[in-house]
Parts: sequence; C-alpha cells; structure tokens
Amino acid sequence: MIKENLGIRKSDIINRRMFIIGAAKIVVFAGIVARLFSLQINENKKYLTLSDKNRIREWKLPPTRGNIVDYFGNTIAGNLKVYQLHIIPEQVENFNYLLLRLKTLLNLSDKKIQKIIKLKNQLKPWDSIIVSENLSWSQFLKVNNYLYDLVGVKPVMTISRNYPFSEIYTHVLGYVSQPNEEEILENEIVKERFVPGMKIGKLGLEKTLEKQLIGTNAIQRYEVNAYGKRINQLEYQKGLQGNKIRLTVDTEVQKLSAQLLLNKAGSISVMDIYTGDIIAMYSSPSYDPNLFLFGISQDEWQLIRNNPLKPLINKTLSGLYSPGSTIKPIVALSALENNIVNPNFKVKCTGKTELYGQTFHCWKEKGHGFVSLNNAMKQSCDTYFYEVARLLGVDRLNLTAKKFGLGEKVLGEYFDNEKSGLFPNTNWKKNNLGRGWVLGETLITGIGQGYTQTTPLQLCLMTAQIANGGYKIKPKIIVNDDPLSLEDAKTSMGLQSLQTPNIKLFNDPKNIKIVQEAMFSSTNERYGTSYRSRIDDPKYQFAGKTGTAQVKRISKRERELDLKLEQIPYKDRDHALYVAYGPYKNPRYALSIIVEHGGSGSKAAAPMAKELFKLIIDRDEIRDKQSNFENINI
Amino acid sequence: MYQRDRLNSELSFFQKIREIDYILLICIILLSITSLLVMYSTDGGEILYHTKSHFSKLVVFFPLMILIAFFNIRHWHTFGYIFYFVIILLLLYVSFFGLKSSGSRRWMDLYLFVLQPSELMKIAIILCLAKYYHRIKIENVNTFTSIMLVLTIILVPIILVISQPDLGTSVLIALSGLIILWLGGVKVKYFVYSFITFLISLPFIISFLKPYQKLRILTFLDPDRDPLGAGYQIIQSKIAIGSGGLEGKGFLKGTQSYLDFLPEKHTDFIFTLFSEEFGFIGSVGLLILYTIIIFRIIRIGALSRSNFSKLFCFGFAFSIFIYIVVNLSMVLGLLPIVGSPLPIMSYGGSSMLATMIGFGIVLSAKINRKQTIA
Repeated sequence: MIKENLGIRKSDIINRRMFIIGAAKIVVFAGIVARLFSLQINENKKYLTLSDKNRIREWKLPPTRGNIVDYFGNTIAGNLKVYQLHIIPEQVENFNYLLLRLKTLLNLSDKKIQKIIKLKNQLKPWDSIIVSENLSWSQFLKVNNYLYDLVGVKPVMTISRNYPFSEIYTHVLGYVSQPNEEEILENEIVKERFVPGMKIGKLGLEKTLEKQLIGTNAIQRYEVNAYGKRINQLEYQKGLQGNKIRLTVDTEVQKLSAQLLLNKAGSISVMDIYTGDIIAMYSSPSYDPNLFLFGISQDEWQLIRNNPLKPLINKTLSGLYSPGSTIKPIVALSALENNIVNPNFKVKCTGKTELYGQTFHCWKEKGHGFVSLNNAMKQSCDTYFYEVARLLGVDRLNLTAKKFGLGEKVLGEYFDNEKSGLFPNTNWKKNNLGRGWVLGETLITGIGQGYTQTTPLQLCLMTAQIANGGYKIKPKIIVNDDPLSLEDAKTSMGLQSLQTPNIKLFNDPKNIKIVQEAMFSSTNERYGTSYRSRIDDPKYQFAGKTGTAQVKRISKRERELDLKLEQIPYKDRDHALYVAYGPYKNPRYALSIIVEHGGSGSKAAAPMAKELFKLIIDRDEIRDKQSNFENINI
Repeated sequence: MYQRDRLNSELSFFQKIREIDYILLICIILLSITSLLVMYSTDGGEILYHTKSHFSKLVVFFPLMILIAFFNIRHWHTFGYIFYFVIILLLLYVSFFGLKSSGSRRWMDLYLFVLQPSELMKIAIILCLAKYYHRIKIENVNTFTSIMLVLTIILVPIILVISQPDLGTSVLIALSGLIILWLGGVKVKYFVYSFITFLISLPFIISFLKPYQKLRILTFLDPDRDPLGAGYQIIQSKIAIGSGGLEGKGFLKGTQSYLDFLPEKHTDFIFTLFSEEFGFIGSVGLLILYTIIIFRIIRIGALSRSNFSKLFCFGFAFSIFIYIVVNLSMVLGLLPIVGSPLPIMSYGGSSMLATMIGFGIVLSAKINRKQTIA
C-alpha cells in the first residue's frame, strides 16, 4: 500500500517537473522563431545582398574604341576583328601533348611555350591563357580544323585597333598599345575601365582624345561558386563604343604629301585659311602604327629607331627650323605697318653689305642692283631685307611675328609633343643668354636665320593669315569641336569687328595687299624664285615664298668653292622651305613645305606645292559639299 | 504473479498494431521524407552518394524502430544497464582503436557503416538513468550515495567523449542525463547550487579548452573577427538563412549551398540549406513538426503507467528538444559552433540509429502503456 502511494507520488513529481520543462521548451522555441524572423524577414534584404555579393561576380571586357574618320568619313583609325587562341587548363586532358600539337601547328617558339607553362602555373585552372593574340586567318582555320584533337583550346574572336592607312597618319593619330602601370594610374578613366588586354593611346590624338575614344566596358555577370569558378552567365551588359571623331584632314592630300616626301625627311602642312581646318599634316618619314598593336618586335623597333631620317619625330609640330626667306613676308609687312618703308623704297644690292666690319652676304653673289620691296621679295634679295630689318629693329619685327603666330603653339592642347618655337627680341636675349642684342643679329633675323626657330605648322598658319587678308584664325584638326563654317568665318572677317573670333592683325589692309602681291610676283613673274613651279591656270594659280635655311655657317672657302648640292655632305645641306597659298584670285588654302637638307627652296620644295595645289583645288568643291553634312554616316 | 504479468502484458500482434501512435509515426515519416529531399538538394539535385546513403539508412533503421516498438517495454527496462555498459565498452574501444578523422577519435568501422558510439550514449544514458530512478525508492533519491552514483554514471561517458575530443556530444549527453535527475526528483537546490558553481568555474573550464574550441567561442562572440577563417561558417550560414526570406529561394535553388558557400551542409548545417530553400515558412513548419513529435512523446509519457516509461519518454523528448535547440542556435549564430546534428535531418548513421532506437522505445511505451514494471 505504502509502496503504491510512493509510486504515485513519484509519478507526480515526474509529471510536475515535466510540466515546468514543457513550458520552458515553448519559450525557447519561441526564441528560435523570433531569431528566424529577424534574420529572414527583418534583415532579409541585407542577407540577400550579401548572398548575391557572394555568388555574382562581374567581368569587365575591354571597351571598343571610337573610330576616327577623315573629313569625308573614311575611317582612318578603326577596329578590326582579330582571332585569338585561348587555353582553358582545366579542360585540357594532356597539357604536354596539347602544347606539342600547338607548337607544330602555329610554329610557336620554345620561349613562348615556356611562357605558357609559367602562366598555367600562376593562373587558376579555369582562367584562360592567351596563346596567341593575333592569329592569321589561315592559322585560325588550321586550328579550327584540328579542334577535335585540341581539347581545352578555345578560338576566340575579339576586336583590335586598326589603322587602314598605316603610316599615312601616324604622326596625327599616334597609336594604341598595352598601357604600363604608370599610365593606368595617372588617367582616372583608364584606371576605372582597365582590364587586361585593353590598349590605350600612347601618342598623338589617340592619347589626347583618350577620354572620348575609350568607350565603356561591356560587363559579363557570372554566377560563381565559393572557389571563384564561373558556373553560368547571368547577364551580358553591352558596352558603348567610344565617340566617333571626325578630323578636318583629307586622306587624298595626306597621301600625296607622303608620296612627295617619300625617302626624304620633311613635312607638309595644308590649312584652310578661313576656318583654320588642317587639311593635311604629314611628317616624313613615318612608320606603321599597326606594328605596335601586339607589341613591336625588337628588330622592327631598332629599324625605326635607328633610321637617320628620324621617323619617330613629328617634324610638323616638333621640328624646329630656321624659317629662312619664308620669314620675308612678315619682315616686309612689319616694315610697312610701322611706316619704315613704302613700296617704292629701294636698296642697292651689291651682293653683300658691311656692318661694323662684318660682311653679310646676299645669296646672289653678283647682287640684285636697285630693288624695291616687290622685287626684293620676288628674287628674295637678302641685302634689301638686311637694310629693312636694320631700320625696323628686332623688337618691332618680333611684335608682328608674334601676332601671326610665331613662337606659339598652334594645336597645343591636342599634341603634347608640339613645340612653341622662338622668335627673338632684345629682352629675350638679355633674359635668356645674358648678353645684349647685337645689330648684326637683327640683320640675320631679317632673313630668317639666327635665333628664330619655327615649326612647319607655324609657317603654314602665318601664310594662311596673310592669305585671308590678315585675320587671326584658330587652326583645328577636329571637326566637331568648333562648328565655325566658312560663311561664318568670312562674314566675321568682312565685318572687321573685334568681337568676332577673327581678330585683324594689321593696321592698313593695303599693306597686306602689297605683301600678297609680292608673294604672287615671287611665284608667277619672271625671275621669281619659284617661277618654275608656277601654274598659269587662274583656277590653280598660287602665290608663295621660298626659303633656304642654312644649317651651318658657310665659310669663306665654301662660298668660293660654290659646291653643288651633291658635293655637300647630307648633314650640312640647307633645308628647303616653301610657303604658299592659292588660288591667288580667291584664296582658300595655305601650305608650308619643308624638306630637310633638300638644298634650295625653289628647287626642292616649291615644285611640291604645284602638285599639291592641283589636288587641293580639285578637291575644293567636294570638300565644300561635304561640310554641309553635319553627320556623316559611314 | 508471473502468470498474471504475462497475461496482462502480452498483447496480440493486431492489438499492438492498433495501439501504435500513428500521429507520431506519420510525423517521423514526414520528417524522413523531408530529410531525403534536403539530402537530394545537397547533392545538387541529383541522386548521389549522400542521398543514396541517407535513404539506405532510413530503410534499415525505420523497420528497426518498428521492431523495437513491438518488444514489450519491460525488455527495454531489463536491458537498460546492459545497454549502458555495452556503450561504455564501445567508447573505451574507440578511444584506443577508433578511426581518426580531423584530429579526433570517435568512430569504429563496422564494415557496413561507421559507428559513432557517443551518439548511442545519448540514448543509453537516458535508458540507464530512467531504470535507476524507476527502481530507487523516493526517499533515497537525494541521499549522498545515490547522487554520487548517478553523477558517476553521467561523468564516465562524458570523460570518455570529451577525451575523443568531442565537446558537443558530451554536453548533449550531460544534458540528457541531468534531465532524468531533474525528473527523478533530485532537489531543486542542488541544481541551483551546481549551476552557480558552474558559472563561477566557467573561466577555469575555458582555460582547459583546446585552442580550436576557444577559437569557436571567440568566433561566436564576433564572427567578423576572421570572416574567411573561423568566422566563415557562421557568416555564410547566416547569409544563407537570411537570404531565404519568407518563402525561400525554392527547392534546389539555394545558391549558398549549390555554389558551395555552405560548409558541412550535409551534417550540422543541414537546417541552413533547408531554411535557404524553404524560407521562414518552411523553417517554422519544420519546427512545428518537431514540436508535434516532442509533445506526442510527452503525451505518451504522461499516459504511461510505469515510471520507467514516463522517465524515458520525458527524457527522450527533452533530449530531442535539446538537440534541435543546440543545432538551430548554432546555425542561427546564437551559440558557438559545437558539432551537434539535427535529429533525422542530418546526414550521419549513428545519430539516426540512436534517434530511431529512441522512437522505437517510445512507441513500445505507447503500445504497452498499461504495463507495470516491477
């Protein structure tokens, strides 16, 4: 009985204590549900984001660069499909066999094979190794034919920069290539959009217009696993191609320039005298920018670097030359403007002039006799300009020269290798050389020798501003950044108002006319220095001024020897220069030509102008029509 | 006496079938099906090794549970101590000859499958102590000798399991044992005193922990301390559960597990995967299923006539509850990571075997609820 009671009591304890625990269980489960609620309902968004961050990874692809086109819409820097070969190591069954097969198929060097093996050991097994960046079509076909035997090999098509006119535009466009670390870091946009395999502009417009050309990355979103392996593609976001940039240049003129300067060192620039459009800008010799796209070979690089004609220098913008006699229109204009001379002022040329015991020679030993301004320009009489410069003084000459753009960058912002040149004055010498100006230096400055240094493009601009009646123009090479039309330009010049962009550079329009006429005489009248290169047809008729710049002082002995060009060593030969504008009656284009060590301007440079004007003026009409189209569709 | 007992206890086969607790049985079947589906998901939506193995274990252990249910509860009472001693021997065997894996010696190779005796100890201790408190007189419960004896029964396996080392399982064994002490009538003040003593000696205990165990505790306190190392599991687990949201990402669509961000997704972190794919609704559903099971077991205990059945059912219900709480708290970031499986859901034969044996005995208690045990 007692036992029974005890039994009941025992079970009472058990039941009572179970009840306490049961209540505790409910509380604990409620706590767990609350925790679940807070994680899954309250903080769901946060964890969903974290989960997506875990599993979604983005791969940026190289952006597609914008095209650069010439004035007529021809692509001069475009994009081309290239064929590449990738290996995905994790899919390869037998790596050594594969390398052996590829080696024979593509003639890979042992060094290349070593590089692939090294890459394989560095990368994750699912990261692709680029075996060849630029396969030829036949190689690509070959690989595709044997693909069944090449497990783990992936032929890939991608896009690469291409310069269809190869060396014609190198100094204008520059080229693109793989950036180095410094270049990535210094440019914000490049830093942001950089992906391996991307190429950036290294030189010229490709470099300075990087921001506009670069384009945006295409983005591939992949789902990845915990080890970073791509499982599947979720999204493909197309990138935007960089902006298309239309230049003012004319490929035909550019080509002719290249042809004329073939095997010579020199430069040709052609400019629209109203709009400032640069029609051509060629520096010779040039080189093929396509060589740099996939890394230039050492041999090819040495060939370019060691060429004595210096293809790497952009002579149009960075070449500094004494202007020689091409400065004479500015000297004449400055003297007229300052009322130092009038057109009838005459100087007797005896072939030389003495100053403080120093002899200054005219190029013509026998002398020109009595010469007026027109005659002196026509025959390029040095004695006349010695005298005019002496009367004018270098400081007044400097002011005129500066107004016409000498000593100042022409396209500064677009080409970081452009040089500003130099037009001296007395202060400049004192500040920079620490000595006083000597009158003899004024004399030689008057014939474009001495300290004066100009770039070919500056001479072209100077000529253009004389040709358009003496108005300042802003040269440009890109169409879309300054929509000043020919009509606008002409009206603004006609109004002669200072508010318009075309500031007048003269006091009396008569003076400009006198200089223009003198340049006409120089080309189109008997005894003119470029008479032999004239065109009589008024449609093409042009006016110009030759120049022959000494590169070294001519000794007395050499002067007496009167050597032929071929007898002088190449390095010592004079630079040949020519500046001109045309058509004379209704001028539109100005040009400057420089042939390094070409001898005399009349023989080496002026004949090229004849060829150029024929082409430029023939193309004038198409060019005018083209400018009516705001947007060209290619 | 013997004759009467026999007549009283032995039910016919059909009577036994009628007496089975079908609600509990259905819940166990539902849980088994769910576990198979989740296992299928951990295999990436294919029937691979884990799914096959889990299925074959269910196929063996589920009938075993039914078989146990058909034996009279009396026999399980009889086996109580023997079962305990056998498991102690196995634990001793394991600590000398056991299979070593990732630094601990817990398993023995039985050719067909690998047995983890410490998991079986979770059941054996309940069985053993239930028998002890069934037999002891109520006046003797709080005597010094009795308490010392009971503590020895609990401490011997705990020491063996801790030395494997396996902190998680030993804590669960301890809790399972202590609950029987509680139910058996040990004075409340003893529990209070020992709890206070435990709290005071906690820093001392911690100093005895292995470096990796200390790291787990530090990681629990601040998972972002080392997000790619020690904190990785818990951070990824929380991300998976949190990103599941209300409805979950859908069956076989749990990105965290599918893309291998979840470690140990087959075993301790199985709930994480379930919760990611089935969301808050699914998780609460699973919790309700477990709650029904637990309360069904408690009900069986309450209906039982013998104190042995009561003690076993209540103890087993409580230990299942503890397993669930420890496992869920761990994956939810509420407790440090201690290796503890989720009953039936987690991959692992020994844990399932132990749980199925427990269910079997509970079902036997239901069938033989009117049985008295001397």
